[in-house]
This record gives sequence, structure tokens and C-alpha cells, in this order.
Amino acid sequence: MTRKGKRLTLIGGAMAILGLAAGLMLFALRDNIVFFYTPSELAKKQTASGARLRIGGLVKEGTVVKNGQDVRFTVTDKTSDLTVSYTGLLPDLFREGQGVVVDGVLQPSGGFRADSVLAKHDERYMPRDVADALKKQGVWQGETK
Amino acid sequence: MIVETGHYALVLALALALAQFAIPFIGARLNDAALMRVSRPAAITQFLFVALSYGALTYAHVVSDFSLVNVIENSHSLKPFIYKISGVWGNHEGSMLLWVLVLSLCGALIAIFSNAMTDRLRADALAVQGLLGAAFLLFILLTSNPFARVAPAPWEGRDLNPILQDPGLAIHPPLLYLGYVGFSIVFSFAAAALIGGRIDAGWARVIRPWTLFAWIALTLGIAMGSYWAYYTLGWGGFWFWDPVENASLMPWIAGTALVHSAAVMEKREALKVWTIFLAILAFSLSLLGTFLVRSGVLTSVHAFASDPDRGVFILAILVFFIGGALALFALRAGALPVGGLFSPISREGALVLNNLLLSACCATVVVGTLYPLALEAITGEKISVGAPFFNTVLIPIALPLALLMPIGQMLSWKRGDLAAALQRLRVAFIVGVVATAAFGAWYGTPFLSIVTAGIAIYLVVGALSDLALRVRGSSGRASLKRLAGLPLSAFGTSIAHAGMGLTLLGLAATGWGVETIVAMKPSSFYDVGPYQIGIDSVSPRQGPNYSEVYAVMAVRKDGATLATIEPAKRFYQARRMARSEAGIVTLGLGQVYAAIGESHEDGTIDARLYWKPLVTLIWIGALIMAFGGALSLADRRLRIGVARRAAAPALEPAE
Repeated sequence: MTRKGKRLTLIGGAMAILGLAAGLMLFALRDNIVFFYTPSELAKKQTASGARLRIGGLVKEGTVVKNGQDVRFTVTDKTSDLTVSYTGLLPDLFREGQGVVVDGVLQPSGGFRADSVLAKHDERYMPRDVADALKKQGVWQGETK
Repeated sequence: MIVETGHYALVLALALALAQFAIPFIGARLNDAALMRVSRPAAITQFLFVALSYGALTYAHVVSDFSLVNVIENSHSLKPFIYKISGVWGNHEGSMLLWVLVLSLCGALIAIFSNAMTDRLRADALAVQGLLGAAFLLFILLTSNPFARVAPAPWEGRDLNPILQDPGLAIHPPLLYLGYVGFSIVFSFAAAALIGGRIDAGWARVIRPWTLFAWIALTLGIAMGSYWAYYTLGWGGFWFWDPVENASLMPWIAGTALVHSAAVMEKREALKVWTIFLAILAFSLSLLGTFLVRSGVLTSVHAFASDPDRGVFILAILVFFIGGALALFALRAGALPVGGLFSPISREGALVLNNLLLSACCATVVVGTLYPLALEAITGEKISVGAPFFNTVLIPIALPLALLMPIGQMLSWKRGDLAAALQRLRVAFIVGVVATAAFGAWYGTPFLSIVTAGIAIYLVVGALSDLALRVRGSSGRASLKRLAGLPLSAFGTSIAHAGMGLTLLGLAATGWGVETIVAMKPSSFYDVGPYQIGIDSVSPRQGPNYSEVYAVMAVRKDGATLATIEPAKRFYQARRMARSEAGIVTLGLGQVYAAIGESHEDGTIDARLYWKPLVTLIWIGALIMAFGGALSLADRRLRIGVARRAAAPALEPAE
């Protein structure tokens, strides 16, 4: 093979692989990204049921109802509320009045079926998403820094 | 007084770093040997001063000096000794100081092990290393001073974040940083080669051991971190595609590509421009990772620091060094001599393909990590990109790469024979196909796990059959002789590839794991895969700075008790934070994993029980990979600092 031929093979191979990777990424980004909303954003967006979403907010005081492994609670950003159902163990840091992020699917009934509940923070470490959302709502009570 | 000494030492280190940059750099331009020679003592003393400073901070943590803000926020007088030491880097300021300590250590290592290179290359490389040191020392002194005092000093500290109070975390960051920051050595040499305009196989021989060294440390660091996440977070997961984890994966992938392309450059003088580019890229991705972790732009378990001033400062450092290096690259790369030629079917060709596939993986991780940040900055929409994205893109790239690895090993340099290579791999192919069928018959689903496991087995057998074929002689004695004559780097390659295969097998086996969430009653047993788990007792216990509820669980099979595990739920008083401690027992290569939740009045306790077959292979494979790297590093021809004594490439036997 000539020098030019070899170089073209190399460039062609590189283009093919990078093209493949780019194609895969676009495909994956279309199908596999999950949007993050607060309950009031969700209320405004009128998202179709069946969509995969992440919802962040505070666990509303006095709404946690446990029935064996099944848990039901309300996530609030002090403007809108969303009822969340979940089956399984709650994380160590899950408490009423604390920030929470739930991953799951919006149900036709308007409720939210979570398949994971994250609360990886304490009083000082709120998820940034939740803190931002609460600041936007004007109900932020922590340090402003 | 000791604390002030530490602070002052840091300022002196900054001055030395600036000297280490300016004097040798000017010396190299004026061709003044005396000025260039300043670089070595400057680098070594800079390291000593940073080490002194680091020692002072450690001292303050050990004696619980609560007049320091850093100690108050991250320590507690009752905290166990080991966490007083590891607590030094369990926070933003301390971990940046560790970063700079490793950076200056790298400078000192270059200074000590650089007899085998021109004065000019050493001077320029240490100048770049000095400039990096100066930038980060300035960052610490201006925005993240770990020695800030407070008066009056409180009686007690706020304790270290409980999830960081773990032996795994005592080892993870130093190893990770050794890897991350170790790439700064390669970066400095790349910049020095571009500044000096000279680059040849000798340069590749200089950087190869450093690349391997950083790569080994990073491999171990990532594996350690992943195991730590696995047993402390209580979810049974070992990789969350968290941006912070990706931050360490990106330089690892680039570093893996670099290890391979540097081999091509050293042996065949080819891929010079590409190797230089990768050398810049690997450390640039380390810098990017540092920015992501340290600027607080992310939401993640690791983001225990956030401050916009710091973010902007690190961003400026990032832009300066990456931009500067790439500008230098753009200006000089065109002038570099073109290297050796090779046919597409050859060892070089296979390594180029390896580099392309790894680059595609690396680009995927970069996009998946930065896209959500970019989208939020531009549109305000918040999204999360998780495992589904990375799996969709990476699996179709990584599996062909795994198929390619043994084939590449079998091809000869310059011009290879594909048919012969495949012929020599027939045992591996057959074993792989049989394994796929066996896994399929045993587990049935999921399809992806079965195929991946089959490829993993093929990879292990293929990597080792290269070694077997090379030592196969007419008699046992001849084989032994050949075995002894084989360079260590040949063992290194095969073993590292086999390690990758084992990790892949462990990853494939995650598809066969079993998870159950149950409210466990005393004296009943619950099925988890082939085992049964039951609670013997649940009781409270007091630790040094926490209280816990722990369950004693028996793991049984066919009525016989195999092991007992003690999952616990801990509560740390100082931070009023809870944390799970998983109960894990290794059975064969798999693990039974249990985490407990709340206990109820009727005596039941919520628990998450897992059976994870072959899961330990994920980390065993990583250890073997690192061991393979270490074998290569021990090879006479690749040992750090012996580059000049090694035979010239023309004299090396063709492989």
C-alpha cells in the first residue's frame, strides 16, 4: 500500500469510529436523559404520564405513610405538591422536612411512582438541584452562600 | 507555632516554584547550563517545603487543634486516630494541599530520576512542573487556606463526614492523586518537547515508565474508590456514573491509550504527534476532573466543597494550562518529523485502532459528564445522564475493543499476518464460544451478560495464550529457558489484558445478581440466590464517635451455616448523620451483601439482601491489571531513569 493509501485507511478508520461513537451518543442522549423538575415546574410543564423524570423538593411534614415496604409521601417546593409512592428501603438520611430527589415515572393518576429515592445530604449538604429550586421559589432558609 | 510554620513553608514553596519555572526556562533559552541546573535542587526543596506544610496540617489534625477552621469543620477529638490522619484530605483545603504535595513530589521525582536525558529537556520539563506548582500553590494560598485560624477556639469539632470515616477512604485519595497528578510528569515532558522542538524514540522511553506509574496508581485508586462506594453507600452498586467518578475515569482512559501509543512511539518512532497530544490530554482531563470536583459545580456525594471564587480560579488555571499546551501543540506539531511507516494490519495498526476506540470511550465519558452542565448553563434545563446513556454508547465500543486486544498482541510489528494471528487464537475462540454456551445454559438471561462473559473468557485465554505460545519449546526445559528469557514487559501485557478480561467478567456477572428487599422476621430465613439469610439478633452498640444498631445474620446453604455477617446502621452524634455499614461475606468469587434499614416494634427489620456472583472479579481484575503494569515497569528496559542505558531500538530483536 502506498503512503497515501495507508494514511487514507487510517483517516477513514478514525472517521468511521468517531462517527459511530457520535451516532451512538446522539441516539443515547435522545432516549436516555432524564429531566429534573420541582413539583411546581412539573405542574407548569404538563408532562405526559409515562415520562421518566427526577423530582426534587422537600418531604412535606406529616405526609409519610408506611405500610410494610410501601411508602407514600408528598414532595413539595412550598408552591406545588406531588404525591410519591415507593417500595423499598428509604435512604439513611430520609426525613420529613428534608430535601429529597426521586427518580421514577409519572403516573396517569397524576401521582409519581419512584424507583429510587435519594437523600444524600444532611442539614448542611442539600442537593444543589433542590437548593437552587428552593432559592428560585424564595423559600430558601439555609445559608445563602 | 507549628501551624504558622506550615503556612510560611507554603509561601516559600510558592517562591521556589516560581524560581523552578523561571530560572531553568531562561537558562534553556540562553543555553546556560548553570541556570538550567537550578531546576533539580529547586524541585526537591519545593517538595520538602510542601511536605513540611502538609506535615504541619496533619499535626494540627492529630492533636485536635480546634483553633484551625479546617480542624473544627472536619475533626472531632473522639475520632479514631486513622481518620484524624485521613481527615486531613477529607475536605477541600486539605485535599488541595495533598494535590500540591503529590504535584511537587512528581517534580522531585523527575529531578532525581532524570540522569538519562538532556539538560535542556529536564530543565524545560521541570520549568513546566514548577509553573503548575506555582498556580496551584497560589490557588491554595488565595482561596483555600487550610491554616486559617479562628478565635476563640471552640471546645469540640464538627467531625468528619461519616461516609468518609472508612479505611477505604484512607487509601483512596492518595492513590488516586498519585495517578491523576502523576500524569503531570508526562504533560510537562510533552510541553518541554514541544518547547524544545525535539522529539524522538528517546523521549518516548523517558515518558513510558512515568505513564505506567501514573496509570498503575490511577487503576488502583479507581478500583479502591469503587469498592469503597460499594460497601459504604449500602446500595450494592460500585459505579454510579457520578461526574466525580467520571472525573477519574476520563484520565484513566486517556492514560490507557497513552501507555499503548507510547509503546508504538518507542519501538517504531511512529505516532509521535498523537502521543504528544495524548500526553497533554491525559493531564488536561485530570485538571478538568479537579475543576469538576473542587469548584462545586456538581451535585454529588463527593461535592463537599463549594465556593464560586474557587471555581473561577481553577477554571482560569485549567484554561491557561490546557489552552497553552494545545496552542503550543498547534504551533509546533506540524514541524515534528514524520515517524515510521506501518501497514494497517500490524501491531501498530492494532494499537492505533485501540487508541481510536479508547478515544471514542473517553469522548463519550466527557460528553456524558459535561453535557448536563452545558445544557443547564445555556437553557436552564436540568437533566441527568446516567447508566443507560453510558451503557448504550460504551458497550458497543468496549466489546469490539475486548475482541481486538488478544489479536493485537498476536500481530507482529510493521507488517502482521491477520490469518496467522487468528489461527493462533483458535483455542481462545473455542473456549470463548464454549463459555458463552455454558453461561447461556446456566443462566439463560440476560443476553448481554452472556455475550460479555463469553468475550471476557476469550480475552483472558487469548491474552495468556500469547504468553503460552511464546514460551512453547520442544521440551519442558526449552520452555522454561524461553520463559526465563522473556522480557517482563511481555508478561506485563498479557497479565494486564487478562486482568481486564476478569474485570469484564465481573461486570458481565452483575446481570446475574439477585436483590430482595424484605422485612426480616427473627428466626425465618430468606432466599437470596443459592443462599438463605436469617437474623440471629439485633442489638445496639457504642462506637468511638457513633452509636449503631447491628444485626447478626447467618448465611446458610442447604441447612449448613456458612458465615455470619453484621450489617449495621450507624448514627454519628456530632453531625447527626446516619450511615449504613453493609454486611458482606465473600463466597467463592461472589458476595452476599446485606444492608439494614429501620427496625420495627414487632421485631422485624427492613433489609436489602443481595447475592452478587463473581462480583469480586471486578476489583481482582483491576488489581491484576495494575500488577501487569508493575511488571512492565520492572522491565529492565522500561525502568524509570534508565532510558539512555537501554539498547537503541535498531538493536532490539524483532518481536
